[in-house]
Amino acid sequence: MSMKVSSRQVDGVTIMDCSGRITLGEGSVILKDAVRELLSKGQKKILLNLGDVNYIDSSGIGELVSAFTTVRNQGGDLKLLNLTKKVHDLLQITKLYTVFDVKDDEAAAVKSFN
Amino acid sequence: MTNHRVSYTLDSTLETVDSAERTATRIASEAGFDDDEVMRIAMAVREAAVNAVLHGNAYDPGKKVSLAFERIGEDLVITIRDQGKGMDLSKIPDPLAAENLLKTSGRGIFLIRSFMDEVQIHPSQAGTEIKLIKHVHGPSGGGKEASQ
Repeated sequence: MSMKVSSRQVDGVTIMDCSGRITLGEGSVILKDAVRELLSKGQKKILLNLGDVNYIDSSGIGELVSAFTTVRNQGGDLKLLNLTKKVHDLLQITKLYTVFDVKDDEAAAVKSFN
Repeated sequence: MTNHRVSYTLDSTLETVDSAERTATRIASEAGFDDDEVMRIAMAVREAAVNAVLHGNAYDPGKKVSLAFERIGEDLVITIRDQGKGMDLSKIPDPLAAENLLKTSGRGIFLIRSFMDEVQIHPSQAGTEIKLIKHVHGPSGGGKEASQ
């Protein structure tokens, strides 16, 4: 299953609902392009909902890191929401769980940007 | 899994990466691993295939990736070989080091070592061979390096 992304606005925060696989090739490119598009529109508060992402490989992890640093470098913030166990475990073993701000409640996550 | 060897010769394409992962999923399932272990084995194979296609063969259409699955005793042994210049093991960074945490690449070998019981990497001028070993009935997830 390839990756899909849809965006919605909640109280000034852009929530990107992602599903599928973030892997080398199409999945990573879709995420990169989606984040770039948001930044080009000045939308710098980004909440990445990974609740329906069932698989991420090392390239996908790299793309998450890239998105995080790109948004931060432009004065914004990118947080993660609703990690599946597989993605949670991957971020744990790569020590990235403490780098990202990870949330499990959407409303609280949106509030945390303000 | 019956005690025999299956091998594939694959092009240096992204499709090879997906195909290697799918095949690993099927064979690991047939070998009796549970779902979590199947996922780890398949991800290790995927990462090794990514290294072979991207870093080893550099998408060169004239170079192939070989992939083999064997049941040797109580081990599932997976061998992936490319025809590149040979991986420089001294240049593999520690992705857990503070200065590398925010790097966008360099986690593939680390994940492979995390997910398999033994990993053997043999670089040469004719390419790199990486052997991934999982004990079918033994302790799992040790990720120890057997030799290089």
